[in-house]
Amino acid sequence: MDITKVSALQLSKAIRSKELTVTEVVLAQLNEIRKREPLYHCYISISEEQAIKRADEVQKKIEQGEYANSLLAGVPIAIKDNICTKGIKTTCASRMLSEFCPSYDAEVITRLEAAGCIILGKTNLDEFAMGGTTETSYFGVTKNPNNINYVPGGSSGGSAAAVAGGEAIIALGSDTGGSIRQPSSFCGVVGLKPTYGMVSRYGLIAYASSLDQIGPIGRTVEDCAAILQIIAGEDKKDSTCAINTVSPSLKAIRQSIQGKRVGFPAEYFEEGLSKEVRIEILKVVQVLKECGANIEEIKLNTSIYGVPAYYILACAEASSNLSRYDGVKYGFRASKYEDLSELYKETRSIGFGTEVKRRLLIGSFVLSSGYYDAYYNKALKVKNILREEFRRAFEKVDLILTPVTATTAPKIGESLSEPLKMYLGDSYTVPVNLAGLPAISVPCGKDKNNLPIGFQLIGKPFGEQEILQTAYQYECTVQKGEK
Amino acid sequence: MKSYETVIGLEVHVELATKTKIFCSCTTQFGGEPNTHCCPICIGMPGTLPVLNKKAVEFAVAVGLATDCTITKRCKFDRKNYFYPDLPKAYQISQLYLPICRNGKIEIETDSKNKKIGIHEIHLEEDAGKLIHDSSSEITLIDYNRCGVPLIEIVSEPDMRSAEEVIAYLEKLKLILQYLGVSDCKMQEGSLRADINLSIREIGSDILGTRTEMKNMNSFKAIVRAIEAEKRRQIEWIELGKGVIQETRRWDDNKNTSFAMRSKEDTKDYRYFPEPDLPPLEFSREWLEQIKERQPELRDQKMQRYQTEYGLPEYDAAILTGSKPLAELFEKTTILCKKPKEVSNWLMVETLRMMKERELEPDQLSLQPEKLADLIQMVEQGTINRTISKEVFEHIFLEDIDPKEYVKKNRLEIIRDDTLLKKAVEKVVEENPQSIKDYQNGKEKIVGYLVGQTMKAMKGKADPTIVNKMVKEVLGDTIIESI
Repeated sequence: MDITKVSALQLSKAIRSKELTVTEVVLAQLNEIRKREPLYHCYISISEEQAIKRADEVQKKIEQGEYANSLLAGVPIAIKDNICTKGIKTTCASRMLSEFCPSYDAEVITRLEAAGCIILGKTNLDEFAMGGTTETSYFGVTKNPNNINYVPGGSSGGSAAAVAGGEAIIALGSDTGGSIRQPSSFCGVVGLKPTYGMVSRYGLIAYASSLDQIGPIGRTVEDCAAILQIIAGEDKKDSTCAINTVSPSLKAIRQSIQGKRVGFPAEYFEEGLSKEVRIEILKVVQVLKECGANIEEIKLNTSIYGVPAYYILACAEASSNLSRYDGVKYGFRASKYEDLSELYKETRSIGFGTEVKRRLLIGSFVLSSGYYDAYYNKALKVKNILREEFRRAFEKVDLILTPVTATTAPKIGESLSEPLKMYLGDSYTVPVNLAGLPAISVPCGKDKNNLPIGFQLIGKPFGEQEILQTAYQYECTVQKGEK
Repeated sequence: MKSYETVIGLEVHVELATKTKIFCSCTTQFGGEPNTHCCPICIGMPGTLPVLNKKAVEFAVAVGLATDCTITKRCKFDRKNYFYPDLPKAYQISQLYLPICRNGKIEIETDSKNKKIGIHEIHLEEDAGKLIHDSSSEITLIDYNRCGVPLIEIVSEPDMRSAEEVIAYLEKLKLILQYLGVSDCKMQEGSLRADINLSIREIGSDILGTRTEMKNMNSFKAIVRAIEAEKRRQIEWIELGKGVIQETRRWDDNKNTSFAMRSKEDTKDYRYFPEPDLPPLEFSREWLEQIKERQPELRDQKMQRYQTEYGLPEYDAAILTGSKPLAELFEKTTILCKKPKEVSNWLMVETLRMMKERELEPDQLSLQPEKLADLIQMVEQGTINRTISKEVFEHIFLEDIDPKEYVKKNRLEIIRDDTLLKKAVEKVVEENPQSIKDYQNGKEKIVGYLVGQTMKAMKGKADPTIVNKMVKEVLGDTIIESI
């Protein structure tokens, strides 16, 4: 079994049927990481010792008959480094938290460990998840395994690249404006952003609390569905986490999509979309039709206001969420200061990178007295209109097909000097976060530079099943075609 | 000189007596070693989330109902952003846009008249930590124990005109809060803190003058002093034609003066925005009804009941219900000994005297109802006399002794041994030969003197009535003998 290509479900099955031991798998994965890491730099920290120890524990439990029905037992997983892991550094790729080691686990970590998964390490990201290239990381850029001159996307670039580059079988990312879907698309893997409230945010270091959502990245749609089953569901520690949610079973997502209505918003295929991406996604339309889906054109006019509204709301919340990093209690503290105000200024000036500071300034500005109504409140209105627009669209269709990004991954170093261009690159993904909807990014081809292209399926609130089901049918059909 | 009137509004912060903090399960207990009542949530560690304490909400609603407020059926939390080391998240979760209670009133009584003081709003928020400045080492330390203790801020309308009215309002408010059991209202421990908004205007004017906000008064007396001083200061400025500057001032009770803290121009921009980590609160009619039904007996009702049920005079009822601990002590003791008027006397005379002598507040009272009831019963049963009972009471009050044991140990029971008594009387008469002549000469007063001497000889443990009878007998006998 080639650990760099296998799916998590296959691997766990082999482990649970005693073909492989967890220790063998973990050691093999660590070996691949050692070989590939110098090339891709997916990880900020690798918790080798803990992983080997955990592997032994899980193996013993499996031998005692535990985890018989746990679909991902024994599978190692990579975690984005903005998700708290007890006893493992959690840095948010920032100098500010470069030495921060939480005394608590995020709820998703607790659940993954209870399901028999093994934490491999913490993956690289844009500083505090702010960025779309992983270049704003304090720990250096991650490279796209498909072509190392290109970025893996971001902010969950380390997680997507790890799965794509054989450094992890599955991974967790977080998605505030596209941070799971966009790097998944750029790296050629599957990434799911669940409905807001589907997965507990407890222990996810907040960027924009009303938009952040943790989700899975994997090589297959089924792997993502299996992870979702483990991490989703009510958590009393997160008051925004929905109650009585049901995550779809594998059986459910394997159902036919005959008669499903797939919305096709023309606005998402107009100006700005690269020719290569358009061509590949139009091929997806054909495949879905072959699978029995009905394609219906819909209107989503407000989506063009998504980017400005997103940056106002996300930066506003970020400016508040990141205020706690003040050098007083934990994390980085400037070495020279005369008084309290200087302690704050120096710590935050040195501790944060340029992109984070840019967003904190935008956020503080839009919340300032006299500007609140003009910016924050207006952005909230856009959010509500967008939500309503999607709601109406979902009266006619079951899910919506769009691109994930306008182009394939940019070259390393290309985007940093043009923040506005980078922000506009999020136009296909941010409306989903603003509306709190689930969406999945699925690979559907490559461009001339061997860079992957992905498509996005957007579902109704808590409509994970429909998008997973459709993505699964697409995946199966394409794989059959390849054989 | 023109005649002025003082216009005062109050902002009262009250710590709610919930067992746990408002957003985590840490204890709210006062004191404790610094930073031992803390957890990752209340010290704002990255990734943690608040979960609202329902009891705090119930308490706030109870106060709203008791002060005739309208309860906001759908209320929300907002973030108040500012940097200060005692605020670990660098924002306080509070309520700006939709506070939990609005438009209420409290009726106060002063010597001159009864008056309604409007309640503008009551909002729910979290307390901050405490900075401890160590002057010897010039170091500032932070204690986060208080951080996250639930607070309500009760904002009055500017309806008060004198220090007398302010104190009447605070006394009334304190009684309401104590009777509801929502706070212990200990000013010295900071569980009740009042900020005074004060302005001056010419009598007859209906335009409000420029106001100042006074902070840091830790007793009612300090509040009176601060009001008087600020009133004089503002009038002086107005008379000098300089006008009052809108500012926040800090009262220094030792120096009996206040200092400007910050002017309006320096007012912080708190960049309020809706708290994204907490969903809005929605109160059903049924839930509000339940809270209403659970409202305990308030002071006015209790005062009425003491007169009808226990037959106490209005004066007694008013004093006993004037503080909840006193009323509770009364009720508990009365249940045990079934002598309401006796209990009332003990509380109103001896207890209040001892409290006054030792400058104790009712909430510092440690008198046990069982012990007071035992004492009353011992007097009723003639085990001890009234003089002795007062002595025993002092020991109960000060040393929490058990009255029965104490009386036994110190042999304070009334001596009923007639031979012993007679011997004592005879000895006294013998020592005062002149008394016999006096008695013969009709000086009845001498009997009282001899009774007193006998009581003294008996260390107070005799029944004075019996002694009196006996003194007369002995005197009579002696006279007969001498004839």
